[in-house]
Amino acid sequence: MELLMAMVVPGLMLGVSLWGLVRKVDLWNALVAGAGEGLQVCVGIAPALVCLLTAVYMLRASGALELLGQVLEPALSAVGIPTETIGLLLVRPVSGSAALGVGAELLAVYGPDSLVGRTAAVMLGSTETTFYTVAVYFGAAKIAKTRYAIPAALCGDVVGFLAASWAVRLWFGG
Amino acid sequence: MAMAVIWTVMVAASILCGLASGRGEAVAAAALEGAAAGVELCLTMAGALCLWMGVMEVMRRSGLARGLSRLLRPVLRRLYPDFARDEAVMDAVSANVSANLLGLGNAATPLGLEAARLMAKRSPGVASDSLCMLVVCNTASIQLIPATVASLRAAAGCATPFDILPAVWLASALSVTAGVLAAKLMARVWR
Repeated sequence: MELLMAMVVPGLMLGVSLWGLVRKVDLWNALVAGAGEGLQVCVGIAPALVCLLTAVYMLRASGALELLGQVLEPALSAVGIPTETIGLLLVRPVSGSAALGVGAELLAVYGPDSLVGRTAAVMLGSTETTFYTVAVYFGAAKIAKTRYAIPAALCGDVVGFLAASWAVRLWFGG
Repeated sequence: MAMAVIWTVMVAASILCGLASGRGEAVAAAALEGAAAGVELCLTMAGALCLWMGVMEVMRRSGLARGLSRLLRPVLRRLYPDFARDEAVMDAVSANVSANLLGLGNAATPLGLEAARLMAKRSPGVASDSLCMLVVCNTASIQLIPATVASLRAAAGCATPFDILPAVWLASALSVTAGVLAAKLMARVWR
């Protein structure tokens, strides 16, 4: 099973390349062009990440995150969400790069293969920056009356966070 | 605006909390540490992210996205019944969803916005049920390969960054379903 999961990456690389060759895609140029875009994404998020990790590190050093975690601990543990992810829950709907920064911090402190680390990663992978998306879409469509779009989207987020915590326990045990 | 408030609250809270608990110096040191960590994180993530964006670009150019959008049509017609016969909208929506599935966020957004603009023409200024559904679907993440998160895990020293895939799929599916159900339910009661 472990070997299978480890082979996902190289397997996908080979599979996609073979498929690309069959479909006569300019394989090498596509790979390099995509990689270039990846670099642009990194450069694009770097300034925000620097600013946000500064604030996240300050918060952690001050003990404010632990305090908030303690306050919300009963509610979170009642529904099965690890308390340590509280910071992530708060920033995820508002800012993608902030969430990435908070997530990176959790992975560094608890380890990428810990329950907290995995839950944080699954939360990041299964939710979106809700408020940002709502603003962009309604801005582009010139909509003033957004009706139930925001509450419905937040329902999806809440279930996403819960499901992430449950799915990690289900898949990895513990 | 939201970020300005969040940033200020974060900094103010850590200074207050740090002073109250006698950790003022640690907070000051952490500010500079955090800034350095931000740059470090980008550098360590860059390799894995570039590799995946490259693989995804091959997927896009080999017509995988187009095939996906054809498969998705029947489902999307049910999600957007008001626009089921509007080819321009259905084209944009299905291209948007398949780009999202492949993790091509940069390609998905313009397609989604095009669909939103077309939908808004029928009810200017007010979000119709279909437009609400489109927004809800785009605020839920439905990537098959969450490349950024995997890069983040790899950067943290994880040997098998993709072992969370089944959990991500399960959580995404539940989250999207909840959003869609909430939108469908609220569409009946919200005026």
